[in-house]
Amino acid sequence: MFNSAFDAVVPMVCVALAGLFALLAEAFRAKGERMPIGGLAVIGLLGAGVASVLLWDRNASSFGVVTADNFSLFVNLVLVVVGLLTVLFSSQTLERDGLPVGEYYALVLFGLVGMMLMAQATDLLLIFLALETMSIAVYVLTGLRRDQTNATEAAFKYFLLGAFASSFFLYGIAFIYGVTGTTHLEPAGAAIAAQSMAANPMLLIAVGLLIVGFGFKIAAVPFHMWSPDAYEGAPTVVTGFMSTGVKAAAVAAFARVFLSALGPMVADWTPVLWVIAVATMVVGTVVGVSQTSLKRMLAYSSIAHAGYLLVAIIAANDMGKASLLFYLASYAVTNLGAFGVIALLGSREHANDDLRDYAGLARSHPALALLMTVFLLSLGGFPPTAGFIAKWYTFSAAVSAGYYGLAIIGMLSSVVSVYFYLRIVVMMYMSERDARPVPPQISGLAMAGLVASVLAVLYLGVLPAQMIAWAEQSISTIF
Amino acid sequence: MMVTGVPILTLLIALPIVGSLLLLALPNRDGAKDQTMRLGALAISLVTFLLSLVLWASFDQSAAAPAFQFVERHSWIPTFGIEYYLGLDGISLMLVVLTTFLTPIALLSGWEGIHERVKEFSIFMLLLEAALIGVFLSLDLFLFYVFWDVVLIPMYFLIGIWGYDQRLYASIKFLLYTMAGSVLMLVAIIGTAWLHQQATGQYSFDLLKLYELRVPDHLQYWFFLAFAVAFAIKVPLFPFHTWLPDAHVQAPTPGSVILAGVMLKMGAYGLLRFAFPMFPEAALAFAPLLATLSVIAIVYGALVAMVQPDMKKLVAYSSVSHMGFVVLGIAAMNVQGLQGASYQMLAHGVSTGGLFALVGMLSDRRHTRLISEFGGLKSVMPRLTAAFLIITLASVGLPGMNGFIGEFLILLGAFRWEPRFVVVAGLGVILSAVYMLWLFQRVYTGPITNPENRHLKDLSVREWAVIGPLCAISILMGVVPNLFLAPMEPAVTRIVQRMESREPMRVDAGWRSWFAGAPAPAAARVNAGEGQ
Repeated sequence: MFNSAFDAVVPMVCVALAGLFALLAEAFRAKGERMPIGGLAVIGLLGAGVASVLLWDRNASSFGVVTADNFSLFVNLVLVVVGLLTVLFSSQTLERDGLPVGEYYALVLFGLVGMMLMAQATDLLLIFLALETMSIAVYVLTGLRRDQTNATEAAFKYFLLGAFASSFFLYGIAFIYGVTGTTHLEPAGAAIAAQSMAANPMLLIAVGLLIVGFGFKIAAVPFHMWSPDAYEGAPTVVTGFMSTGVKAAAVAAFARVFLSALGPMVADWTPVLWVIAVATMVVGTVVGVSQTSLKRMLAYSSIAHAGYLLVAIIAANDMGKASLLFYLASYAVTNLGAFGVIALLGSREHANDDLRDYAGLARSHPALALLMTVFLLSLGGFPPTAGFIAKWYTFSAAVSAGYYGLAIIGMLSSVVSVYFYLRIVVMMYMSERDARPVPPQISGLAMAGLVASVLAVLYLGVLPAQMIAWAEQSISTIF
Repeated sequence: MMVTGVPILTLLIALPIVGSLLLLALPNRDGAKDQTMRLGALAISLVTFLLSLVLWASFDQSAAAPAFQFVERHSWIPTFGIEYYLGLDGISLMLVVLTTFLTPIALLSGWEGIHERVKEFSIFMLLLEAALIGVFLSLDLFLFYVFWDVVLIPMYFLIGIWGYDQRLYASIKFLLYTMAGSVLMLVAIIGTAWLHQQATGQYSFDLLKLYELRVPDHLQYWFFLAFAVAFAIKVPLFPFHTWLPDAHVQAPTPGSVILAGVMLKMGAYGLLRFAFPMFPEAALAFAPLLATLSVIAIVYGALVAMVQPDMKKLVAYSSVSHMGFVVLGIAAMNVQGLQGASYQMLAHGVSTGGLFALVGMLSDRRHTRLISEFGGLKSVMPRLTAAFLIITLASVGLPGMNGFIGEFLILLGAFRWEPRFVVVAGLGVILSAVYMLWLFQRVYTGPITNPENRHLKDLSVREWAVIGPLCAISILMGVVPNLFLAPMEPAVTRIVQRMESREPMRVDAGWRSWFAGAPAPAAARVNAGEGQ
């Protein structure tokens, strides 16, 4: 590159450029002309992926506030995968739903820039900036179908509550700054550790506020109220995108802030997170059981998964951090795959997300039903899928940190969650189709995306050693 | 005969998987290739059976042979010491042979009854077989758990797709019940591996290494409970048995055959392979409780079986009763008890598999399983009646039949340990004769009470192929028990020796530690290398 000082931002720049070009292309697109704007996104994402791989083990840093340590690069790569799969699934659904192609891809890409920055930032203010970049793009994506009232409602709800949560987050940063005199993670952590200010009420307030901010973004109970509505109202591909991408980025930043700067206060925030994690796992699964809309069901499932991710943060040891990364990777491919299936089976008029819509899918679309089953088994944590290894890894971390109770609650809640994942399987395989229209066929490109995710799910489930090794390398360089 | 250089155990697991992938790749538009699917699955399962016989033939039965033979181990997830680690001793050998023997029979028993989605059915049966073989061959706890859980998925589909009216309820109940138990076991597995890390600096899921780990008492208590509950649900032991009647009654005949024939054995196998030797002190302390529950299961299962109007439910409850014997034998933890338990596992697999197949044949003909619908079948279908009688007598433990050897050894072992249990369990032997012979009497003897039964066909050639081998094996096992006991003997002796040197822990140690607050760091209390 031109100057090594810019190295750490190269992945983001690639994606941002692709986003800008997408906007430009849209501006110069004649009405009705088809342009392969999705291709631009793919190029940008591949560029970001290559850049992340090249930066591996280099520990590059730019401007003192953006780091490209292996941890953030791992998250970057997960985000690249999220982006690529989203683009593949979008290729079929955008035109069908009449969404503005250029804006759509630009927003996805800008959202990804925010997510990457969130994983890479080492300054609280910059994390806030990244959070906003990401969130605004996602707010707009949620309400992209302006002709639909529930999409608008979802976007509005998400935006209002999100803005509220962001202000909590910002307020937390202010408190940290007030106590330590800096917003940079490393000196802030050092100041907290050196002055043993653990009992400082200002700091406790700061920690609480930050938990609210992060908890909102990852949809942890009791800050989860927005997510079922937003997930249901958003175009399904966008739901998949935000349930994986936003979560990955927010969890990465969550882990970085709490395990580095706030690491000295671990005894103070662990009990709080413990309660939140348990509530998240339990509420997510128990409420999920009674849903009949697939998107809402998976929204609650993704709440539950936020709980499992919190378990990894609570474990706070090396295994916990590595398992966090592994979990993010496996959750990304699994959940995107599941949402991909839902998105591809929908039509413009009918989202096809009611449980009954899936009756007899095994007959009309045997391959899709099989893929969906694998995704659902992975979400439920069955071997030999990625979801099983991820859960096992996370709960191993919890046990090794002495949190047997957390592991048991988590395991049992995952059994409950199996119940509702299997309701979908029951519909697909064991129920006969009623008079509803048979869903459309899937295009080759989208099918390729689904097959790729299923292969990834099985690969991570059967041969996880390599990914675990990478996850372990990723945490060796930082905190 | 000796097989060298061939990863025969992997081959055993891989054959059905490869077979099912082949079937998956075969297009089957509107069931045009159903017969090919059936034949393909049968051929694959027969080859697997032959392979397992080769394995048996080359198995070294002498006491001097290594504990586990045909060992294969490859690193799988090196960071955690997780290995692809297979091996077998006599007990697992016999259970593998039982699995490969019953799978073709189960496939045959559903030859006509399963006429929808034959392709999927064949695939699930083969996957089920592979996973079951994997369970019995794994020497790595992680690998074991993977197979253990994978077993659930095909069985879930078998019940849920091809079952009877209440199939959805039964399949979900079956799955959630067993999963709830097994996730607790997973926590205990993780905990044990973590203790190993604390003691030696390395994670290990290697069963043989974990045998040598002295797990501190307060943890042993909970770990053993977690394992024992998971296995007790599977066995199923009273009071964890409620899923079984539902699952059995709703499952299609082939599903019932495998469920009763092989899957219930997973629980008993888990107890004697994992729960007892890994946590010996806790196991010995809990053995009286297990034995108490098992004699309750024996008597309760028998009494409930007696009053069932539905034949399938009757056989299901009889399984609860018979599997109670197996757990009693394991709890006795002496050579006779364990030998009896392992033998009874095989015997029960054969005879209950046979009973379910026979009940399936009746219900294929009449589409009902109610005892009151039948009566006097002896005069219209003498061959089926004869087969049913043979299997019934095997099941009730007539001397000279397979059921006798197992139950006798179990009672002998239990008597040497604690005669009081034998008094109650003996009652179960009598009761089993009562409900089975009464069933036989009501269904087969006397005049034909229902005109619909007047023209039922006797056994077809296919049905002969199902029930013939089962009858033959039932008699063979009763006449030359040593053929089956001898391979298991070194394995049994080894487990007993491992347990003999241990003292039971105080049962209150566990819950006391619970109330005393969080346990101190485990590392301080672990010393590896103790024991043998």
